[in-house]
Amino acid sequence: MLVPVQERLRQDIEGWIAANGGDRGSLIPVLQEVQKKYSRISDYAMQVIADQLDIHPVEVHGVVSFYSFLKEEHKGRFEVRLCRTISCDMAGRDRVARQLENELGISFGETTHDGRFSLEWANCLGMCDQGPALLVNEQVFTSVTPEKIHDILAQFKKMMDINVFQQAEEH
Amino acid sequence: MSTMKTITNTLTFSSVEPDAGLKAALSKSRADVIAELNASNLKGRGGAGFPTSVKWNLAAAAKSDKKYVVCNADEGEPGTFKDRLILSDYANLVIEGMTIAGYAIGAKTGIIYLRGEYSYLRGPLTAIIAKRRAANLLGADIMGKSGFAFDIILRMGAGAYVCGEETALIESLEGHRGESRNRPPFPVDTGLMGNPTIVNNVETLAWAACILGKGGDWFKSMGTEKSAGRKLFSVSGDCARPGVYEFPLGITIQELLDAIGAEDVKAVQVGGASGHCVPAGQFQRALSFEDIPTGGSMIVFGQHRDMLDVAINFLDFFVEESCGQCTPCREGNEKLLEGALLLEEGRCSMAYLKDLCALGESMQLASKCGLGQSSANAFLSIVKYFKDEILGRTAVAQAG
Repeated sequence: MLVPVQERLRQDIEGWIAANGGDRGSLIPVLQEVQKKYSRISDYAMQVIADQLDIHPVEVHGVVSFYSFLKEEHKGRFEVRLCRTISCDMAGRDRVARQLENELGISFGETTHDGRFSLEWANCLGMCDQGPALLVNEQVFTSVTPEKIHDILAQFKKMMDINVFQQAEEH
Repeated sequence: MSTMKTITNTLTFSSVEPDAGLKAALSKSRADVIAELNASNLKGRGGAGFPTSVKWNLAAAAKSDKKYVVCNADEGEPGTFKDRLILSDYANLVIEGMTIAGYAIGAKTGIIYLRGEYSYLRGPLTAIIAKRRAANLLGADIMGKSGFAFDIILRMGAGAYVCGEETALIESLEGHRGESRNRPPFPVDTGLMGNPTIVNNVETLAWAACILGKGGDWFKSMGTEKSAGRKLFSVSGDCARPGVYEFPLGITIQELLDAIGAEDVKAVQVGGASGHCVPAGQFQRALSFEDIPTGGSMIVFGQHRDMLDVAINFLDFFVEESCGQCTPCREGNEKLLEGALLLEEGRCSMAYLKDLCALGESMQLASKCGLGQSSANAFLSIVKYFKDEILGRTAVAQAG
């Protein structure tokens, strides 16, 4: 049977809330699950969560907007985050940043037109002994040089071509 | 993943007998566990240096049927990565420490709050927790001690530096924005969901496990009188061998620099963005709670580094990471950054610089939590020691 995406989202949220204790304390884990499966946290998702936790939707929105890893809008399938903090800065961050922009054809804060990559800054990734460091989704790359950028991005592009049918659904 | 192995010297954690601390703890009364910790003189390794036994004792004395042990693995301080190493290589020791804490204060639940940037540690940590459950080191009647039950939940942060502050971390666990609370009441009596909660740094918990295994006197015999024991330092910046190093507290900055192969050093930022910048003339000072306290972040700056750039980088960081709840921190950091950019352009008068420093001192006094109180430290210390370098800059200096 074909279940509409919104209905599926609602059922998922019910399940995640129950699995995380069923109270307000489950909010952030639930938001993280929503984002993982549906690629972003939509107004609809926030409303459903608010209804189920019996809190105002603004409370949910307040949390989503506070944390830099939670997002309302679609970002790239692969989120590239370059550490901008001092140790990585001293290790050559600026040149890596420039090359990332060159390879992707976008600036920091933007997403490529094909929706594959978005480019962001990150604050200290805890890889200060081997900077510059960058994070692609949950994977870390360290001692990155401008010439390595192309290869790093290529491996994710390849992954995307294989998984072309597994793109996140719109809701 | 494409990372290198972090360089270390010989760490005490690498030669500790597994679960000896837990075994010893469970053979003692709860009060004796805390007494052993008290004898060790262990102070919090996150940077604030609060005596661990006092924290545990307060939580143990609080009356409540629900108590929590929280492991603060939201290691966000720029230049700090020792907790990443500990959680990668010695996670069992940390969980052992949490279990001992659970026994000592009478808590049934432990929570590891892991920063979102370390998501790749989630899988390995979940596996270790499951393995310990299977080995009766977590769950009901741990190690056959009837009536002692303790289990651990892993929770992920979502990219907010301020959640490393214990009350903001608790707010986050409760499903709120990571905005710090007024203290008192302290988490030891009014913490998670209003229940007594201890929040300890990853390294503190690992040391607690070592101490219960080897005895408080063993730990106290190292370090200085007021700063007992050894400590992990995260070293980065201009040196030959950046990495994680363990030294007894009380070591001087110069001794540390020699050990990591740092030459021709202009300054060291001790304690990360929220710490202090120490110029070369003061390298004989000691890294200890009585001299320069630190959570372990050491960023080394060579002679060629522009200290104003360093200040601007840190202020950028705080403008981004301030939770925005209180005015001194939210507005103050913006103003300091604006001022630092004026300095960079060579358009800042001495009078205005003095105003900026006065603002920084107000932020230290008037901000609500540790983030705001410490956010001006780096700027103030750089202005204090490098006035020569930051005033009257010209276009040529900027280009260089």
